[in-house]
Amino acid sequence: MKATLVKLFKAMLGSLRDLLPIFLVIAFFQFAVLQQPLPNTGELLMGVVFVVLGLTFFIHGLEQGLFPIGESMATAFARKGSLFWLIAFAFCLGFGTTVAEPALIAVAAEAADIAAAGAMIEADDDSREQYADGLRYTVALSVGLAIVLGVLRILKGWPLQRLIIGGYILVVIMTIFAPEEIIGIAYDSGGVTTSTITVPLVTALGVGLASSIRGRNPMIDGFGLIALASLSPMIFVMIYGMWIA
Amino acid sequence: MNILDALAEVTLNTVSDVLPIAAIIFGFQFLVLRRKPAHFNEILWGFLWVLVGLSLFLLGLELCLFPLGRLMAGQLTDPVFIQAHHHAAALGGAIDWRDYYWVYIFAFAIGFSTTIAEPSLIAVAIKANEVSGGAIGIGGLRISVALGVAVGISLGCYRIVVGDPIHWYIIGGYILVVLQTMVAPKLIIPLAYDSGGVTTSTVTVPLVAALGLGLSETVPGRNPLIDGFGLIAFASLFPILSVMTYAQLAEFRARVARRKSKDSTH
Repeated sequence: MKATLVKLFKAMLGSLRDLLPIFLVIAFFQFAVLQQPLPNTGELLMGVVFVVLGLTFFIHGLEQGLFPIGESMATAFARKGSLFWLIAFAFCLGFGTTVAEPALIAVAAEAADIAAAGAMIEADDDSREQYADGLRYTVALSVGLAIVLGVLRILKGWPLQRLIIGGYILVVIMTIFAPEEIIGIAYDSGGVTTSTITVPLVTALGVGLASSIRGRNPMIDGFGLIALASLSPMIFVMIYGMWIA
Repeated sequence: MNILDALAEVTLNTVSDVLPIAAIIFGFQFLVLRRKPAHFNEILWGFLWVLVGLSLFLLGLELCLFPLGRLMAGQLTDPVFIQAHHHAAALGGAIDWRDYYWVYIFAFAIGFSTTIAEPSLIAVAIKANEVSGGAIGIGGLRISVALGVAVGISLGCYRIVVGDPIHWYIIGGYILVVLQTMVAPKLIIPLAYDSGGVTTSTVTVPLVAALGLGLSETVPGRNPLIDGFGLIAFASLFPILSVMTYAQLAEFRARVARRKSKDSTH
């Protein structure tokens, strides 16, 4: 019991150290640059306690739950040897974790406003919602396909940089043809798709697969799924923008 | 708002985020793999810890960080504040991009510090440290990613202020990534590419979005709908470069150390 408490206390100190830079930055700008007092200090302090506890619990759960399940599933799929089910799982994981991502829902709604302001679609609520949903499913589809491609890459041992550089070339070509309004959103959509829960799971899946296949190096072949999942939405969102316009 | 209400709401949101993921994971686990994973109870507890931890984390951010950060982004980009720090005011010059220097400093500082606290980056760093057998330090990786984000967001703010088209910056960054890939140590490349995607989530995105929006609303001639976007793209591109640089520096230091130890044995 005592050992657990000591471990918990150490983990909390670690979280506090991770969060200290933010507190310092905020305090410096508030007092030194903007020269204003802190509003409702009680609520702020409570927020700090919640953030420190939350980060500590999250990391504990990560090591106890998300990493082990991701790795044990990767090993189990590799042992089962069914390519179909592995691909199906990869697609579902990519699509399912992205389609409900709150950051993506927010970006899609903003994109619909831009499209309406630019007269690319009708300015009423229905067509806006339709546009936002279309965008959301496009991004989710592209993340699903990206994870599938990434898993195939791990199985075959393709070098990641060729896929990524090929993707960059596609992004550049699409940028020439895509409507200007969509470019900023398309570029941002790559970053918003990968959430806090998806990243550890997908990383554990990749590393687990690469470790359980003979001839693959977990460092070279295991990483890279996230990179593909952040690149493909850029291409697909620009295609979507061209298709709508 | 009542804290308990807020806690209930944020927990509900987190549950609905985790639910589809848990459904996919456990669906495939039991319907396709048809095998109970080892330490299944511990894993379930782990999911519960993730749920509780993420809810508390988000609620805490909403209480202490986001309102202040958003307010700050608004105040620092406010024309009144910029006018007060206008260096050429005495000379009668117009406001130019240099007068936004506090914005760039804030962008750098907030980009760095929020990335250090980003839970998904901590996760990837733990994994990379484990896989590399300790060769990649958790702290070293996180600091280099955070520096990349900091530089990226400051440059992104500069772009909004001067109004350049975003694609020239991104394409330029791609060319740098391709060139550096040719000379960087092979082992780091996939991890470097991944660190572009993991940097921008829970903590960074809301603050950076507020900064972009604030800038594009107040800089004359910018349209928030078009120019407000793009900071996330900068924040995802530059860590790729900084992580490759980190590996190159580590390799260089190891080479120097080897040479020194060889010299001393002679």
